[in-house]
Amino acid sequence: MIVDLPSSTVSDINKALVRLRSEGGVQALGRVLTLVIVTGDGSAIESAIAAGNSASREHPCRVIVLARGQKKAAPRLDAQIRVGGDAGASDVIVLRGYGKLADDEAGAGMVMPLLLPDAPVVAWWPGEAPAEPSADPVGLLAQRRITDALSAKNPTRAFEQRRASYVAGDTDLTWTRLTPWRALLATALDAPPHDPVTSAVVAGESVSPSTDLMAGWLAERLGVKVKRSPSKSGPGLGSVSLERMGGPVELVRPDGKVGRLRQPGQPDRLVALARREVRDCLAEELRRLDPDEIYGAALEGIGKISKGRTPIPIPVVNGAAS
Amino acid sequence: MTGAKAWTNPLRDPRDKRLPRIAGPCGLVIFGVTGDLSRKKLMPAIYDLANRGLLPPGFALTGFARRNWATEDFGQVVHDAVKAHARTPFNQTVWDRLAEGFRFVQGSFDDDDSFDRLELTVADLDRVRGTGGNHAFYLSIPPGAFPVVCKQLARSGLSAQDGHQWRRVVIEKPFGHDLSSAIELNGIVNDVFPEDSVFRIDHYLGKETVQNILALRFANQLFEPIWNAHYVDHVQITMAEDIGLGGRAGYYDGIGAARDVIQNHLLQLLAFTAMEEPVSFSSTELRNEKIKVLNATQLVGPLSETTARGQYTGGWQGGELVPALNEEEGFNPRSRTETFAAITCEVNSRRWAGVPFYLRTGKRLGRRVTEIAVVFKRAPHLPFNATMTEELGQNAFVIRVQPDEGVTMRFGSKVPGNQMEVRDVTMDFGYGTAFTEASPEAYERLILDVLLGEPSLFPVNAEVERSWEILDPVLEHWAAQAHGPDPYPAGSWGPDSAKAMLARTGRTWRRP
Repeated sequence: MIVDLPSSTVSDINKALVRLRSEGGVQALGRVLTLVIVTGDGSAIESAIAAGNSASREHPCRVIVLARGQKKAAPRLDAQIRVGGDAGASDVIVLRGYGKLADDEAGAGMVMPLLLPDAPVVAWWPGEAPAEPSADPVGLLAQRRITDALSAKNPTRAFEQRRASYVAGDTDLTWTRLTPWRALLATALDAPPHDPVTSAVVAGESVSPSTDLMAGWLAERLGVKVKRSPSKSGPGLGSVSLERMGGPVELVRPDGKVGRLRQPGQPDRLVALARREVRDCLAEELRRLDPDEIYGAALEGIGKISKGRTPIPIPVVNGAAS
Repeated sequence: MTGAKAWTNPLRDPRDKRLPRIAGPCGLVIFGVTGDLSRKKLMPAIYDLANRGLLPPGFALTGFARRNWATEDFGQVVHDAVKAHARTPFNQTVWDRLAEGFRFVQGSFDDDDSFDRLELTVADLDRVRGTGGNHAFYLSIPPGAFPVVCKQLARSGLSAQDGHQWRRVVIEKPFGHDLSSAIELNGIVNDVFPEDSVFRIDHYLGKETVQNILALRFANQLFEPIWNAHYVDHVQITMAEDIGLGGRAGYYDGIGAARDVIQNHLLQLLAFTAMEEPVSFSSTELRNEKIKVLNATQLVGPLSETTARGQYTGGWQGGELVPALNEEEGFNPRSRTETFAAITCEVNSRRWAGVPFYLRTGKRLGRRVTEIAVVFKRAPHLPFNATMTEELGQNAFVIRVQPDEGVTMRFGSKVPGNQMEVRDVTMDFGYGTAFTEASPEAYERLILDVLLGEPSLFPVNAEVERSWEILDPVLEHWAAQAHGPDPYPAGSWGPDSAKAMLARTGRTWRRP
């Protein structure tokens, strides 16, 4: 069910929420968190809401979408409430603020009264994020702040800002996208022989914050020399190679879909390693609401890596249909 | 495990909670791969694990059955099963990678040659797929076939483990039909596989809600103080099914509800509900506490009054005409197999002294539901007069295991109006209908744990044998009776004798 509340106020919205509950019993009370999505007033809203709804199937939540409209307009708040089938396992409140209400401060002021009592708050900027998320008025309300450098107009600059402004509680989806890679590499090292890694090379697109983060993580964890090189082909992160005495552990992904794990003395193994969708990343983010120290350390590790100039060719994986 | 004594993986960190544990290189061999369980649960669970990225690259799945299939036919069967029953969406790339590791070995259990071919297949997988000599054998077969399969696994060298390589065996209930047969069965399996390589699947223990019992009890301050005989009047553990036994005669006739459900699922639920706090959540500590509480558990007598058994009769159930048990295909028309069983237990510990635990299970009951209801005593003093609290029952705390997983609390609340009247209300926590959609199936969790070698969710020998020890007197008592089980109409909540066994102490069953 979708209820439109044009030219509204937050207290009207709260009243409408209570009314909807008593009328239809449509809202469950077992919500575990409030997710605040901060976007512009454009086409991005729906895909962000869809990602929020699908994540809500794992983490029942209230979704508040703060869509900033025209700043040069008379102050007005158009609200919309979605419950039931239109909202996954969540209730969605869309707040479109215009004029003065499109400001950061005013936006946070509208969000505050709608937060679930006592439940954690997560802020998510699916597109452009503030330079310093933890100082943003909405960011201040939240204990977890999720950004996505890759969806910014200038990913490299956005990522540099993330590094510069990191405080505990921040995460970026460029980090979440790495989880399957990190899991495969960690598992590869789990099995004997337990030779120490002596150095590592990470190659990926020249603009690929995830590739930088991977190199930073390895540098931080392994304490060895890690080189970050551009790749000759392929999207995003292309290859990771961990040098060991008996030969390298290599994970490559030339086409952004299928990876190949190569270890000395073992047959090559193919593995589905598709680039992750935003909704999967978001669900993973909501799984933990405490600060991610490992991400913080990986950001720090980026300072320790050396930059390669020569592009590294990413081998084609046999048997993988493109 | 072995070999990882001093070495720690530099890429792992306990604070890195995102990093899932992926099983190391390994393969799974399923015996009885053409069966229902395999198609409806195991194959979809394996695909779902692959789709979640939790299976190792190069994972191998080998089917073993009598059917004259080629590997492609087997792949097609798995494909259909995955399409029909998998929880996560179908992803072609994931499927292609998984399907590369499929093998099928045609043969029968008594045929040496087929096991030799299986051995060759497994060795070939080590070479081609890099399964590293690590293999689990899932025996989805009747227990009668265990001895011959175990013997064959030993003879062909499939069960031999050396160095870092592991071989594990997964077995399904029933784990025997009484204490002596359980001991015999354990002996057969343990002859070939050491106890730490034996994984007994009780799929209830893989359910999130069952694991959540421990979280609810031991992570909260709210419940544990009242979780004892001071405040608890009694506990009811129910597992009801609305379906009958059509088509399952071969398995069920002569076994009955008590052996099928009480011995494993319900006594395990009792153990989770009644156990003391483990020192840590390691599998050894957890098992120690479970065994301790099972050792303290006893039947309450006299058995003729504290137990009940029934058999459903035909009739209209929920708008459908259903046959009686003895009219179902394959059942002896004079079958004395019980389809409803209820027993009374007590836990002899300071915490639980005097609190009866009522366990019941049945087929063709009112609806499909599994729940644990902890019913509290009435308040010792009510500052209201009798008319005010006429509608007030006992407080209850109900853990809904399935379906609609969650927790319900029942307590008294004032009825709005200008009179003081107190009535029962309920408060629900549902981890949403959502929870079931996004949370892994029990079999996913359990298969992954087998591959990881993580034993905490699998009952050990001692638990299985102790459970039979608890239940055996009831089975003997029932067998000694001249009359068979009491009839009850399909769609009801069991025979009158079940009501009588609670009524003798002034209690009633909850309608779940």
